[in-house]
Amino acid sequence: MNNSQKFTATSFTRSKETREKWVRYLMFVVTLLMALPVILLISYLVHKALPVLSLEFITDIPRNQMSAGGIWPAVLGTIYLVALSLMVAAPVGVMAGVYLNEYAKDNWFTRLINLAVINLAGVPSIVHALFGLGAFVLFAGLGESVIAASLTLAVMTMPVVITSTREALSAVPMSFREASWNMGVSRWQTIRGVVLPNSVSGILTGVILEVSRAAGETAPIMITGATASLTFRQGETVYYLLGEKFMALSYHLYYFSTQWTPPRLLLDEGTGEMLPMTQAAIEHAEAIPYGTAVVLLGVVLLFNSLSIAFRYYLRTHRKW
Amino acid sequence: MVNDSAKIRVENLKAWYGQREVVHGISFDVHPNEIFGIIGPAQSGKTTLLKTLNRTLEFTSGSRMQGLVEMDGQDVYNIKDVYGYRRRVGMVAPLPVGLPLSIYDNVAFAPRSFGLKDKDTLDELVQKCLEQAALWDEVKDRLDSLGTKLSGGQQQRLTIARALSHQPEVLCLDEFSIAIDPVTTMKIEDVLMELRESMTIILVTNLIQQARRLAKRTMFLLNGDLVEEGDTEKMFSGDAANPKTNEFVSGAFG
Repeated sequence: MNNSQKFTATSFTRSKETREKWVRYLMFVVTLLMALPVILLISYLVHKALPVLSLEFITDIPRNQMSAGGIWPAVLGTIYLVALSLMVAAPVGVMAGVYLNEYAKDNWFTRLINLAVINLAGVPSIVHALFGLGAFVLFAGLGESVIAASLTLAVMTMPVVITSTREALSAVPMSFREASWNMGVSRWQTIRGVVLPNSVSGILTGVILEVSRAAGETAPIMITGATASLTFRQGETVYYLLGEKFMALSYHLYYFSTQWTPPRLLLDEGTGEMLPMTQAAIEHAEAIPYGTAVVLLGVVLLFNSLSIAFRYYLRTHRKW
Repeated sequence: MVNDSAKIRVENLKAWYGQREVVHGISFDVHPNEIFGIIGPAQSGKTTLLKTLNRTLEFTSGSRMQGLVEMDGQDVYNIKDVYGYRRRVGMVAPLPVGLPLSIYDNVAFAPRSFGLKDKDTLDELVQKCLEQAALWDEVKDRLDSLGTKLSGGQQQRLTIARALSHQPEVLCLDEFSIAIDPVTTMKIEDVLMELRESMTIILVTNLIQQARRLAKRTMFLLNGDLVEEGDTEKMFSGDAANPKTNEFVSGAFG
């Protein structure tokens, strides 16, 4: 073999190149296919929801036996759920995460707790719902209410917060802690002064993801307090008491797409007569579940992009 | 071996990680205001030994120790105020650790944590420690920039400044020069010679010549056993009592 032959393409290298090219195309197409459902889903939802989509849809109360008007009570219910479950799950979860990562010795008890946390994260949400029904609604006597549903959601999302807190904490190098301990600084002072400031964005990322999950869950709330329709008067400020039943976006969507039927007759406010729904009104009513889905999706995406922003901040502001 | 004037006295010290015994009962004295060298290959128990001296071994789960460690004649494992005790021992780790705080806060972190709040006193202390660590001139104009953004050699001097910030009586350096260049190493060695006036220094090193330059007395550890302890010059001139020591310092193994 002389030198010029050494670098010319043989049939072997040619087939290798062809294979390389095909594999790359294949991967590219598969990646595209992955993005396709998301694009299709969103554009289909938005298209179907167009007749109702407006700011008023979010801020108005349902009217005409829910065949018109907005979904504000459901939006507000979801905000209640998220805020209340966050108030319980975030402090408890973060503290448990800090304990497990910073203080706990590696013994059978810690391992038992770890196992419990992992298993809790894997429990199906409908089982959490049953637990919530038993523990909060019946045993604690909270009844079907916002507070019972929020606590159920908190129990369900706590393992996620614990796990993400632990991950954020263990990303802080051990040498920082040792350097601090060596100077006679206590564990808590080390955590407060060095560990937490450098893991707080990671912890927040986990907490926000938890929020977006809580906002979208349906099963845990449908038997612990969510209700399909509450009647609100025109001009009345919508609020829930902690012990009251409530509406929520996810349950609203479930109810609308499975059980709701347009009313046959509606009260005409001008004449005071009962009149059949017009075709346009029916079409409008049918767009409501899609509008609800778009709003719910928007809420979840909003939280997710917040967490992405935090992750980005974390990457660009790394201090070591 | 009992020496009443010893700054630190260690007797029959043993240490375990789980079931594995890594220090097999060693005894030695460190005199006040001396530089005491500890040499030995990897896995010889040097770092573990230092950790027993400032009571940070207990942070490693599964570890335990046995034996006597005394400072100024007081059993350090009977001291109730363990944080106060750790402050009396400064510790410098092999790899430079700039805490992700500003340069100023790196040095002020420990004093603040035990209650020093006065701004002027802190300023003064920070300047003094950075000067002692031969870093002040390089960083005095950017005390609020991140300690982790300094170069390796600067970070190691920052680590030393931090160890000085709690005004220790004993300064332990664990292979401080493995991550820094020779020029910086020499700079720090000069610093150590000066610090010796005001404190006792324990120098763990892999550089045999460094021990020879700095330490008056040296201890040679091998696989958790004390092979030999004595006058550095004697040990390094091929005159050591144990043939293993001669082999190690002449580069036959390690």
